[in-house]
Amino acid sequence: MREFLTGNYAAAYGVKLSRVEVVSAYPITPQTSVIEKISEFVEKGELKAKLIRVESEHSAMAAVIGAAFSGARAYTATSAQGLLYMYEMIWWAAGSRLPVVAGIVTRAIAPPWSIWTDHSDFMTLRDAGWAMLFASSAQEVLDMTIQAFKLAKELMLPVAVGWDAFITSHTAEPVEVPPQEQVDYFLGEKKKSPAAVDFENPFAHGALAFPKDYPKFREDIHRTLKAAGEVYSNIERRYYEATGRERYGLVEEVFCEDADAVMFIMGAAAGDAIHAAGELRRKGLHVGVARIRSIRPFPRNEVEKIARRASKVIVFDRSYSLGFGGVLATEVRSVLHEEGVDTPVISVTGGLGGSDLSPEYFEKIFLKGLGV
Amino acid sequence: MLLEFRWHGRGGQGVVTAALLFARAAVNKGLYALAIPFFGAERRGAPVVAFNRISDKVIRMRSSVKRPDFVAVLDPSLLGLVDVAGGLKLGGTLIINGSKETAEEFVEKVGKRVAVVDATGIALELGLKLSGYALANMPMVGAVARVSGVVDLDALRKAVYDVWDGRVADSNWAGVERGFKEVKIFG
Repeated sequence: MREFLTGNYAAAYGVKLSRVEVVSAYPITPQTSVIEKISEFVEKGELKAKLIRVESEHSAMAAVIGAAFSGARAYTATSAQGLLYMYEMIWWAAGSRLPVVAGIVTRAIAPPWSIWTDHSDFMTLRDAGWAMLFASSAQEVLDMTIQAFKLAKELMLPVAVGWDAFITSHTAEPVEVPPQEQVDYFLGEKKKSPAAVDFENPFAHGALAFPKDYPKFREDIHRTLKAAGEVYSNIERRYYEATGRERYGLVEEVFCEDADAVMFIMGAAAGDAIHAAGELRRKGLHVGVARIRSIRPFPRNEVEKIARRASKVIVFDRSYSLGFGGVLATEVRSVLHEEGVDTPVISVTGGLGGSDLSPEYFEKIFLKGLGV
Repeated sequence: MLLEFRWHGRGGQGVVTAALLFARAAVNKGLYALAIPFFGAERRGAPVVAFNRISDKVIRMRSSVKRPDFVAVLDPSLLGLVDVAGGLKLGGTLIINGSKETAEEFVEKVGKRVAVVDATGIALELGLKLSGYALANMPMVGAVARVSGVVDLDALRKAVYDVWDGRVADSNWAGVERGFKEVKIFG
C-alpha cells in the first residue's frame, strides 16, 4: 500500500511490520516522532509490543539488551547526545552478540548545540561491533529497518540503521508499505537467539575473560562483520523476492560504469549529488555517484571495483575524525592501498551541522575533481 | 517536469501542514511529491519556511528549494521582513494571503506575477482558528493548487479527508475549496 510518510514514520512502520516485541527509548530531537508513532501503534493495538519508558538512553539500551537476552525482538532509536549517553551499553549489545536494532537519526554533536544532520554520531558506532546501514529516503528507512532485524538475527550482532535529521526524518514522501504477510514471510519463523537466556541450558554471560580468552571474543565479531557483506546481499535478495522492492547492494552505483570521476557519498545528500551528476552528464562530463549504504560491513569489493575503473575518486564525508580528516575517505584510501589501486582520492568534508548541500555545490566539487 | 514551491509563514500558522497537505494532493494525482519542512528553534510567531518538490518521476534531491516556481506567503506581515520573492524563477508566481492592493504593490516591486486571496478572512469566517489565531493555511493550499494547476479539487478533497475526519475535515475542506475558488491573479 502506498502511504505518504516521513522517514521517522517509515521507521515506525518498519518496526510494526517486523512485529517487534519490546521498544524502549528516550525522546530526543529529531528521533522523537519515531517513538511517538510506535507508541500510537501500540496504543491502538496494531503492534503488540511492550513500550518501556526510561529516564535515559543508557537505560533504553540496557532495556533492549535485557529484552534481547530474554529472546524478544527489540528496538530503540536515538540521536546525537542520546547515542553518546547510551554508548557504554552500545558495546555491551555487540559484545553479548545480541540481535537488537537501533534507528540512528543522525544529528550533529554538541557543543555548540545543533539539531541538524551530520554523521559524527553515527560514526561513533564504527568500532563497536555493530552492523551499520544508512538510508537516503523514507522508503529505504522502512525497507532497511525490516532487513535489519533479519541481518541482526543472522549475524547475532546489533544493527544500526541511520538516516539524516530532518532531510530524511521529517521530509514526507510516497512510501510503498509492504503487506504484513510479505514481511512475515521474509522474516520467517521467530527462532530463539543462541545468545538468549535458556533455563534448561544455563550459561554465564559477560563474565571476566582472562587475557588468553579475551581476544577470541573480539576476533569472532571481527570475522562475522567482515564477512557480513554477502549475508546482507542475500537478505536484500530475499527481501526483493518477498516484496518486489528494489535492490541496491552495499553500494548503489549511479552512472559509475564509464565515469572518469566517481563520488562516494552516504545519506540523503547523495540524491543531490546524483542530480548534479545528471546535469554534468548532459554537458558531456563523465561523472558518477557511488552511494555507500553500509559502513559495517564495509563494501571493500565494491569500492575497489568502482575506484579501479575511475581515474579520480572523490570521497564526500559528512563527518570528521577531528585532527585527521574524513572517516569514509580514510576507509576508502585504506582499501585502495591494500588492493593496490592507485586511483587518486580527493577527500571533501561538508554538510556539518546541517549545512545545506545543493546540486550546485556538488557540481563544483565534481568540476574540481575533474580539474575542469 | 519538476516544480518547486516555498511556503512562508509564522510558527503556529500551519506552514508545515500546508506543505504536507499539498504534497499529499499531488500524490493523489499520481505524481511524486516531497514535503520538506525546515526546522529551526520553532516558537509561535517566528518566521518559518517549508518546501515542496513535485514531479512525474521519483525525486532524489533533498536539499532546500532555492529557485522556486511558486512562493506562498501565509502571513502578510512577513512581506516587509523576509525576502519572500528571493530566488523566485522568471515566470514564477508569488501567492499572497492579502488584498488586491498588496498584489499591485508587489507586481510593481518585484515584477512577478502575483496572486492574492483573503485567506485570513476566509479562515475567520469558517472558524478555522487555533488559540485565537486565524489559520490561513487551508485557503492558501487551495490558492496554490489553483494557481500552479498541479492538483485539482478532487485530489485536494481526498488529501483533506485522508488526514482529518469529522467536523475538522469539513471546515478544513471548506477553507481549501474557498481558497481555490477565490484566488485572483495580477500582473
